[in-house]
Amino acid sequence: MVFNLVKDFWNGVWDENTIFKLQIGMCPTLAVTTSAQNGLAMGLATTFVLVCASTLVSIVRKLVPKEVRIPVYIVIIATFVTIVDLFLKAGFPDIHAVLGIFIPLIVVNCVILARAEAFAGKMPVHRAASDAFGFGIGFMVALLVLGSIREILGMGTWFGMQVMPANFVPWSIMVLPPGAFISLGFVVGAVNLISRRSAAGSRSS
Amino acid sequence: MSTLFFIFIGALLVNNFVLVRFLGICPFLGVSRQLETAVGMGMAVTFVMTLSGIVTWVLQHYVLSPFGLAFLQTLLFILVIASLVQFVELFLRKMVPVLYRALGIFLPLITTNCAILGLALLVAQREYDLIQTVIFAVGAGLGFTLALVIMAGIREEMQFAPIPESLQGAGIALITAGLISIAFSGFAGLVPM
Repeated sequence: MVFNLVKDFWNGVWDENTIFKLQIGMCPTLAVTTSAQNGLAMGLATTFVLVCASTLVSIVRKLVPKEVRIPVYIVIIATFVTIVDLFLKAGFPDIHAVLGIFIPLIVVNCVILARAEAFAGKMPVHRAASDAFGFGIGFMVALLVLGSIREILGMGTWFGMQVMPANFVPWSIMVLPPGAFISLGFVVGAVNLISRRSAAGSRSS
Repeated sequence: MSTLFFIFIGALLVNNFVLVRFLGICPFLGVSRQLETAVGMGMAVTFVMTLSGIVTWVLQHYVLSPFGLAFLQTLLFILVIASLVQFVELFLRKMVPVLYRALGIFLPLITTNCAILGLALLVAQREYDLIQTVIFAVGAGLGFTLALVIMAGIREEMQFAPIPESLQGAGIALITAGLISIAFSGFAGLVPM
């Protein structure tokens, strides 16, 4: 049983990573990753909503008639998004200001609805929670990687600390919109290359 | 009058929803393989966007603000948009079955198209009046269509290009989008801030 939970978790982190493999939930990924910190904050917020929503969907899965399940899921997700929105506004106004409308927009992050529909609505609570946690962490890692690349190349810093040598000229395009598309494109390509290599390796051994 | 013009151009080109604001990336990458479906999707989004912009504006001004229910904004907006999309889907299935078949799975996905909800939230945030909202929505929708059509045109040509295996699909699409986005940043000075 523990093996199953680990498998559900790992599925979201790597095998079906939402950004690297499935390419869903791209809007916040591109928009908020101007720095590692913003990427991490967005990843945490999304993970919280994803885990809470999947757990609740799984709890009520036998009470909800099949015909109205999608609206019910959306209401559940929107509730948790509102909680996050108000919490960040009260506790972390700076981060709230930077993430802007992308916090309420977590509600339309396809990852959350997709997990509710494809997994949480059919599975027992512990498996749903572990699956959601995996997908949340996978999403957060993707945002952190992309945010780090863009911050290091675009500003020469990482989490606000100077990491590049002093004579490094920042590539300011990396923190502008085009940089988001281009760096994510190359990251996706690199991940494809790695999975192709490891698939080839496991076949030949 | 000139304010309205600037709102329109701003939404269409300068702050293009897809290329500069990153709203509606999923359909942008998913439905941009063929020119024909790209136009259809763009039109569907423009239509839904304008409708939902008007409806959410009315809700914001006559329900949420007067009764102090701003915390219900996200919840209410997404429900309204979801029902509107259902309506458009039924309408297309009855009236334009060809388009309905072409758009297939992506029509229900308009619900989770962040461009639609994003527009409603931006309108509420900027306190536009009704006319400004309509102009903004039409501009944003056409901007979305424009980005989609440009992308589809390039991708149709790219089918015959030698692309490294690992970059095929999403990778090259994203890099292409980045290059289009650089071109669009040339519009930046068009509208006074």
